[in-house]
Amino acid sequence: MIEIKNLHKSYPMGKESLHVLKGLDLFIKEGEFVSIMGSSGSGKSTLLNIVGLLDIHDEGEYYLNDELIQNLNEKKAAVLRNKFLGFVFQSFNLITYKTALENVAMPLYYKGVSRKERQVTALEYLEKVGLKEWANHLPSELSGGQKQRVAIARALVTKPKVILADEPTGALDSTTSHSVMEMLKEINAEGMTVFVITHEEDIAEQTDRIVRLKDGVIISDEKVKKTVNA
Amino acid sequence: MRFLFDTDTWQEIYSSIRKNKMRTVITIVGVMWGIFLLVVLLGAAKGVENNFNRLFGDFATNSVFVWAQQTSKPFKGFQEGKSLVLKMNDLEKIRTEIDGLAFVVPRHQGQAQVINNFKYGNFGIFGDYPELDKVQKKNLVYGRWINDNDIKERKKVCIIEDEIYKQLFDKGEYPIEQYIKINGINYQVVGMYKQGQVGSGGPQGNIHIPFTTFQQVYNRAGTVGWFMITGKPEYDILQIEADVKLLLRNLHKVHPEDERAFGSFNLGEAFGKFMGFLLGMQFLTWFVGIATLIAGVFAIGNILLITVKERTKEIGIRRALGAKPWEIKRQIILESVFLTSIAGALGIIFGGLVLMIIDATAGSGENPTLTNPTVDIPVVLIAAVTLVVLGTLIGLIPAQTAVSIRPIEALREE
Repeated sequence: MIEIKNLHKSYPMGKESLHVLKGLDLFIKEGEFVSIMGSSGSGKSTLLNIVGLLDIHDEGEYYLNDELIQNLNEKKAAVLRNKFLGFVFQSFNLITYKTALENVAMPLYYKGVSRKERQVTALEYLEKVGLKEWANHLPSELSGGQKQRVAIARALVTKPKVILADEPTGALDSTTSHSVMEMLKEINAEGMTVFVITHEEDIAEQTDRIVRLKDGVIISDEKVKKTVNA
Repeated sequence: MRFLFDTDTWQEIYSSIRKNKMRTVITIVGVMWGIFLLVVLLGAAKGVENNFNRLFGDFATNSVFVWAQQTSKPFKGFQEGKSLVLKMNDLEKIRTEIDGLAFVVPRHQGQAQVINNFKYGNFGIFGDYPELDKVQKKNLVYGRWINDNDIKERKKVCIIEDEIYKQLFDKGEYPIEQYIKINGINYQVVGMYKQGQVGSGGPQGNIHIPFTTFQQVYNRAGTVGWFMITGKPEYDILQIEADVKLLLRNLHKVHPEDERAFGSFNLGEAFGKFMGFLLGMQFLTWFVGIATLIAGVFAIGNILLITVKERTKEIGIRRALGAKPWEIKRQIILESVFLTSIAGALGIIFGGLVLMIIDATAGSGENPTLTNPTVDIPVVLIAAVTLVVLGTLIGLIPAQTAVSIRPIEALREE
């Protein structure tokens, strides 16, 4: 699903440039539940941005759904994002003046789905995250956990190949964090590839595979040993 | 094109406008003010022009008046200070010698005491030819103007101004075919006209009798009081004035450089000066109006640019969700076009209302300062189209800014 070979990325910092990713190799199969662990500055967000087609890599190869990503213009990137990727952000990134339903329906709008169908599909996904009754509420009227669930519904609504979650529990307390992780697990169980970025050990441990990043290189990549009662 | 008729597009615009009420109001007021000023200024300028045309409308403006005075230089044995009198022979000479004349109308002018039963007054009296009507259009209320038969038979008929009617007749009385006594002689009233704003310079209240009758009654056989000379539109009236005066000096044996021997008033020149002023005023109006309009449009651009900064994150989210740059762009452009159009329409409406108010106040009454302050529909349409085009162009700037930011940078904004 996601294949990365010798990926490099640096940012210009004044006259010098900051080398953030120093030759990453990563292969994620369809249906995997992977977490990227690392402290701040390890390059994990940069990796997610490149995988999420929000940023461009300098060197190396990146295949998304067996398609080589190169010379990507914004229009093409937008189409690919809409088609293959669903984003869940730490700060939810809901549009404040739109209701939960409208937020969820938005990716469908850019996909070109008709109005009626959008409403139906969006409501269906809101129901899936247990927020059907909150469909007509504004984000400001929702709790943090609810907001993140709306964001998850929005990420899922286009039936993407990969869910990219950037610190999805970063702004939530432990109970809501847990329920959000449970939801991601469910999504994964339905066959969706889920890609989580976190710096919290207990969150990472709930995924199937942990990739640890430090100073722009992968230091470990291992399967999580599932305890029997987990 | 389908995008324009899509409910969702307008829903987006509506929610964006609703979210930024303050911005929307300021933007609309800015542009509205511009087009409002343009409409009102153009309307007012048009009103002044119309008024001017109304005042001078009954005069052929390419005209010069020439009369005889006294010589100021000795010539051919004559002392200076010789009194000069224009002759009927001069009329023929002027007509044949001078190029580019439309009309040459000889007139006589004097004062007369007029009596009608127990009412009387002192008025100006003119001896006129039928042609005067062509140079200085008479707005007849009743009856007719002097005709050729009056001239030929030296009829004792007169045409009176409405001012004289007011003074000599009872209200509601029909003046035509009545007799009034002018300096002791009875004349039949055959016409009454309403005077325009600019009279011929005579005393208030004028009576016109046939030129030949005037000559006979006042013992002025063969002479002319003054000439009213109208040039063809393509001829320079200043040149005609100089030529006529030179010819007259020659005919009356006056020194060729004697500037004071014949007096003149050049209406064309005075009119030209005023037209220049009017043109300047129109230019100023356009300049101010368009400049204000442009300022308004830039205000829109500025405000949109600010909101784009505010909306960077939202735009980032939309792009992460799969919005193509063009979709973001056209949304912002359409928003700006929509706002400018609404503002323009409101500006035109308010401008029109103010022009109506101006028309009702300054434009009415006996002596209006403005007449029909209006703006031509094509002008308004051009202004409106310009506004929308500028709105589109100015919308492009923030739209370009919005999509030039990489989505990741937009998302990072807190």
